[in-house]
This record gives sequence, structure tokens and C-alpha cells, in this order.
Amino acid sequence: MADTRPGAATRIIRWIDYRLPFLQFLNHELNEYPTPRNLNYWWNYGSLAGIMLVVMIVSGIVLATQYTPSSELAFDSVERIMRDVNYGWLVRYAHMNGASMFFAIVYIHLFRGLYYGSYKAPRELLWILGVIILLLLIATAFMGYVLPWGQMSYWAATVITNLFSAIPLIGPSIVTFLWGGFAVGDPTLHRFYALHYLLPFVIVAVVLLHLVALHRHGSNNPLGIDHKGPQDTIPFHPYYTVKDMFGLSVFLLIYAFFIFFAPNFLGEPDNYIPANPMQTPNHIVPEWYLLPYYAILRSITFPILFISSKLAGVILAFSSIFILFFLPWLDTSPVRSARFRPVYKWVFWLLVIDVVALGWVGANPPEGLVVTVGQIATFYYFVHMLILFPLIGKLERPRSLPSSIGAAVLSGGARLSGAGAPMAKP
Amino acid sequence: MADVAHQNASEAHAGETRRDFLLLTAGAIGGVGVAATIWPFVDTLNPARDTLALSTTEVDLAPIQAGQRLTVAWRGKPVFIAHRTAEEIKAAQDVDISQLRDPQKDSDRVQKPEWLVIVGVCTHLGCIPLGQKAGDDRGQYGGWFCPCHGSVYDTSGRIRQGPAPLNLWLPGQAETAGQALYKFTSETVVTIG
Amino acid sequence: MLNHVLPAALLSALLLAPALAGAAEEAPPLPRQEWSFDGIFGTYDRASLQRGFQVYKEVCSVCHAVKHLYFRDLADLGYSEDEVKAIAAGYQVTDPQPNDQGEMYQRPGRPSDPIPAPFPNDQAARNANNGAFPPDQSMIVKARPGGPNYVYAILTGYKDPPPGFNMLSGMNYNEYFPGHQIAMPPPLSDNAVTFADGVPASVPQMAHDVVTFLAWASEPNLDDRHRTGLKVILFLIVAVGVFYAMKRKIWAPVH
Repeated sequence: MADTRPGAATRIIRWIDYRLPFLQFLNHELNEYPTPRNLNYWWNYGSLAGIMLVVMIVSGIVLATQYTPSSELAFDSVERIMRDVNYGWLVRYAHMNGASMFFAIVYIHLFRGLYYGSYKAPRELLWILGVIILLLLIATAFMGYVLPWGQMSYWAATVITNLFSAIPLIGPSIVTFLWGGFAVGDPTLHRFYALHYLLPFVIVAVVLLHLVALHRHGSNNPLGIDHKGPQDTIPFHPYYTVKDMFGLSVFLLIYAFFIFFAPNFLGEPDNYIPANPMQTPNHIVPEWYLLPYYAILRSITFPILFISSKLAGVILAFSSIFILFFLPWLDTSPVRSARFRPVYKWVFWLLVIDVVALGWVGANPPEGLVVTVGQIATFYYFVHMLILFPLIGKLERPRSLPSSIGAAVLSGGARLSGAGAPMAKP
Repeated sequence: MADVAHQNASEAHAGETRRDFLLLTAGAIGGVGVAATIWPFVDTLNPARDTLALSTTEVDLAPIQAGQRLTVAWRGKPVFIAHRTAEEIKAAQDVDISQLRDPQKDSDRVQKPEWLVIVGVCTHLGCIPLGQKAGDDRGQYGGWFCPCHGSVYDTSGRIRQGPAPLNLWLPGQAETAGQALYKFTSETVVTIG
Repeated sequence: MLNHVLPAALLSALLLAPALAGAAEEAPPLPRQEWSFDGIFGTYDRASLQRGFQVYKEVCSVCHAVKHLYFRDLADLGYSEDEVKAIAAGYQVTDPQPNDQGEMYQRPGRPSDPIPAPFPNDQAARNANNGAFPPDQSMIVKARPGGPNYVYAILTGYKDPPPGFNMLSGMNYNEYFPGHQIAMPPPLSDNAVTFADGVPASVPQMAHDVVTFLAWASEPNLDDRHRTGLKVILFLIVAVGVFYAMKRKIWAPVH
């Protein structure tokens, strides 16, 4: 007589699931979770970012088993990893270049959101959580860069922590508190190590919240219109799992190229010189992903009212990120996706060019043309955020939206619905 | 009609087989990729090249009189060097091997009978046995005695009583079988490692 | 797909910014040399490494340390275990542990020892060199913009100062050193070294070989890295192909 009871594996799964609905949850979120059918490759970057977070944590922990966070021994312990630890060079270069990859991915992910209006209702909190992740990422990367205790590590730490001295009255005491001494030194290195180890797990927690917020209303899509029924969506698995795997393999090709053939291309040679508190490098430059903020910081060369130029630079540099929190309210457009926003569509690229220009400014010594470009680019950035976003939304005439995702896809692309068709509610 | 239906069905089937093939290939590639990536990360935890290199100690034997014992550090562990007396050597050689928990001839444990070079770590749970200093309890066989759980070793460092399962190791033999890692580079100098 | 080109170009521009910034220095452009380790198929030329080590040993090591190199590392240069032991034993090394009398003592080197420095500490090094500190060489190729080309340019860039140039006393004019005044006198002169393999020891030859050696000292794992990298890239290219095919197959009914 054939055994018609379910097999042992299924019974165990059911026993667990009844008490802790983990598999049920996974099944719903992966197989049943409705995802718009028209997502393009700009939607791959979220999963790539999640994967990079895991890669950085794993490589970081492996490095932590060999690294010594003391000012006397840190530099040599990193060299030991590079020379004597089995595959140490691989893990170190993976972690070092992984930081750059992580930022490239996160910036693309962010700009995708800007272009397609992913920050607009009802995804405001999703966006805000993302900005929080960006801030945590910047803090983590900054502290991580100090750990090898090279010349750039030491002097970048000195310059950036010194910024806090710009705070009126309590500034200098705050800096001494941050340093744990009268200059960046061993206590500073220790606490940066502890925090650098901690923050990624805070990032994990915020990423989980980010995903919960995402799943509440689902992904945005290139058309920026809500999905209205099963004809607009497909299950996440297998469609987007396989697309993400393809995207991942392409990304890994680029990542591997950096690790194996150009591991120091994105870095600074000066950081291979051990930290010397008595000698500043000719040019103190942060890693490329912090250059735009550095440019804004240096662009204020004159005091504003009672605010010193140093303080003004600090305020503007931090504001350049804080302002992103308010984006859902700064942008007044009733339409999400730039595909249907004829003016914003081009202005968006001005922002991109502006940020790249700021990066170029940050990389160069602040002389002559560099300063002028930096000031114009900083000015434009805040004009874009504070003036263009509200104005363009109000003044531009958006194109008519398609009636549904399914209709747009079936009609061969995201073009307009017929002339005279009523504008569908976004 | 039936032909077309049949053709569609077999096309669909071929499509499915192709899909399964792709799935299998992709799965295999993914699996190989993941395994190949994980291995280097795990391998970083194996002893590094500098640890492997720092593994030789030279000992000057001239000051060690017959009956005396010396402890040296080697690879982070104590090594017992015993200049055995004639009685100690005879006691070690006269033992009936078949009675031993870990049968080993004394001649297999030494290169020169008057010099015993063994790792001073009890094979039970890793304590350092007593017997190196004058006045230490050496156990009833005149060798070494481990105070943690009462293991007793003889003058060849072999386990005679107590919970330890194996004889005290010769240098290097705990990790790999083969020749013990020490040699006499002269009449009075032994190099361990 | 065209949507990708513009952002990719802009992102590349941002990534390249630091590299482009580095180019905007006042020193003359570095003459580019050909190195056996250039490019994705690059490896270290072992004969050149051995000659370079000889130059380091006989010329540079008088003033410059290589603190991150151990004698055992020299096996990478193609020396056998016995040859490495012999090279090490040719040096007197201070044992890290004091003897039974509590004194530090010297003994012949072993493969596990680091290659000893010419001076016991930085102040002694300065004292012997008119206050100038000869930097450690084990990372020098990675620690200078321009890498091996820079170090080669310095070694071969000594010349008489142009008329009217204000040379400080004790300094030497160098075409490629920032500021053109370098404390180190020209270290290389023709036939300063007699190479074991008979290659004529011109200044450019010695410079080329010692820079190859120093590049290896900075980055000993390059050969391994390139070899592994090639395998990884090929594997990933196959993976990309397979995953793309899978993606197209699974998405076919949707499109």
C-alpha cells in the first residue's frame, strides 16, 4: 500500500512553520509578492547593495581576526595580512574595493529613486530610511579608512574631526572628546575600530526596516504608476531572482577586475606611508565617494553674517545630505516618474553633472578655476534642491500617464496613451 | 490537429528540458562560485606564513647533567628535554610494550637514548605535567605526573596510569605523522623544528 | 541600453576624478618604462628580481631598510630553500630575546628573521644622513604616485641644476623629485655592482632591476593575484552567459 502521508522533510518543515512561520513568510515574500512586470535594470541596484553589505561584513570580520587596532601595530598588522596571511591580500583588496563598489551602487540606487520619483508618497519613509542608511554608510566608511593608520587615514581623521571645532562655544571640547586626547591618536583609533565594527549591524537593522517599508506598498516602477491588478505584476521569484542573479554576475565581473587587476586604482598612494603626526601630506584627499561633500565643505571661503566660513562649510556639507530627508515634500510634482515630466527629465541630468563636477572639485587642490567651479556647483546643488524641485513640480505640464502598467507594456513600451485619454491617477 | 497538439506538447517539453538544463548549469555555476569564494576566506584562519616560519629553537645541551631536565618553549608549547640516567633508560627499555595503553618502544621515541625530547602537554586535556623541577612529584614510574587529573607517565614519556589516552608527543608528531621534528646539529646542540 | 551609457560615463568620471587630479602636479611628466609586471598578464621577471636584490643589498641597504621583508620571502625570487638559508646566514642579526646574561646578542640570520635594517632607529638614521631620513623601501613603489615609473625616474633623474636655480647646500638636483632638491646623492653609477648573471650593470639596467625588486617588495602577491584573477574573470564571463540565457528563458513568456 503506497504511503500517502507527506514525506519526513515536509513534516519537519510544517512542524517548524506552525511554530515559527519563517518559511511561510519567505514563500509569501518571494513567490507571491507582486512586483511590477516592467522594472528595468536600474532596479537591480537594491539587491546589489544588500549583497555588498553582506560581502563587506564577511570580509570585515575575516580581516578583524588578524588586524590589531593599536597605533603602533595597525599599519604593520595590515601589511602582515597582505603578505603572510593565506589569501589575506584577497580579503583586504575585496574589502577595500568593496567599499567603493558599495558606494557606487548606493549612489546609482539613490539617483534611480530621484529619477523615477520613488521617494514620493506613499514611499516617504522608505526614502528617509534610505538616507539614514547612506549617513551610516558614510560614517562607517570614514572610520574604516582610518584603521590602516596610513598618512591619509591619520590626516583625514584629523581634518574631519577638526570640523566639529567650528561649532560655537563647545566645538573644541567636542573635538577633544571625540579624539580622546589632544590629537588623533591611539584612543581615537580604538574607538573608531569599535564603532566601525558596530555600525554595519545597525545598517543591517535599518536595511530590514527599509525592506519592510518597501514591501508595504511594493516597488515603484519606471512608469511611476501604481499597479492595479495581476495583469500589472509578476511574482518576484523566479523573474526577479533570476534577473538579480544575472545583474549580480555582471557586477561581480567589474568588482573582480578591480580586486585582481587594479586594486589600488581608486585609492591614494599616500596611505601606504605609515601615519606621521609631524608631517602632513601635500594634498589631503578623501576617497572618491566623499569628494562631493568635501568640495562643498571647502567651497565656502567667506564668512556668512556671524557664521565663520569654516562653520558655514560644515553646515552646508552636512545639509547636502540632510536636505534629502525633505525631498518628498520639496518635490511638488503630482507625477512620479521623470518619463512623464518633460522639464524635470533634463534638469535631473544637470544634478548628476553637478555632483560629478563637485567630485572633480574635491579631488583637486583648491586654487583658481577649481574654487570657482566648486562655488558654482555648490550653489547650484542647493538651488536644485530648494528651488527647482518645488518650482518644476508646480510649473511643468506632465505628459499623460498610461492607464495601467499592463496596458503600457502590451502597447509596446511606456509611451503615451492616446491623445485625449484622461490622465490616470498616479 | 492531433499532430499540431503533439508538436506543441513536445516543443513545450523540449523547452522545459532546456530550462531545466539551464537551471542545473546555473545552479552548478552558482554553487562552484560560492564554494570557490568561501574557501580563501576560511583559509585566512589557517596558520599564516609568519607563524609557520617561526618554528625553530636551538638548545645548548652542555649544561644539562645526567638526571637533569630542561624546559624550552617551542611553537607556543613547553618541550621537556631530559638527560636520562642509565637507570632511567633501562627502566624505559625493559617495559613490556603489550601492557601499554599506547604501545611504543622506547627506541622509537629517542634518537640518542640519553636524550628524551618530548612535548610537555598532557594528552588528556592539555595541562603541563610536573617532573621538570627538582622536588616535583614524578609519579611512581619516575617520569612525569599530571596534577590536573592524575595521569602518570614513565621515563620514556609513555602513559601508564590515569585518564590520558596517548603517550606524550614527540615534537611535531601531534600534527603530522612522520619523523619527529628535532635533530642534533652537534654533540651538544639540538635544534627543534 | 543607451540609457546606461550616459550615467556609466558620468560615474566613471567621478571614479576617475582622483586619478585625474593626481596628474595635475607641477613635476614634469614621468617617462613611462616597460615593466614585466605591467598589464593583466604581468609577472615578475625572476632574473631581474635577483639582480635587483643584489643592487639593494650592495648599494641601497647601506641607508635604507626594508622592514616588511623577511629572508624567507626571497624564495619568491627563485632561490632554493638552501640558498635562502645561506643568504640569511650571511647577515648578523640581533636576536629578539636577550641571552641568559640579559644582554642582546648577534647571531647569524635565519629565514624566519626580517631583513635587518642598517640603523637601529629613525634618529640614528637621520644622524648618519645630515638630518635627512632615508625612507623604508618595502612599500615605496605603492606609496608614490607613478609607482615604479616614479622610483625609476628618481634614480635616473639626477642632473646638473639649470642656471639660476637656487640649490640649498647638501642637496642634489633631481628632475623628477617634487621641488627638484633631494637629499640623497645619486646612488647608482655604472658598474657599481657586478651582476652574478653577467648582465652589464649600466645605471638604467640597475635602476630597472632594483625597481622591479622594489615593486615585488611592495606587492609580492602580484603573480598569484593575476593568475587567480584570470581564472575568476573567465569563470564569471561564463557565469554571465549562463545567467543571461536563464534570464531570457524565464522572461520569454512575459515579453
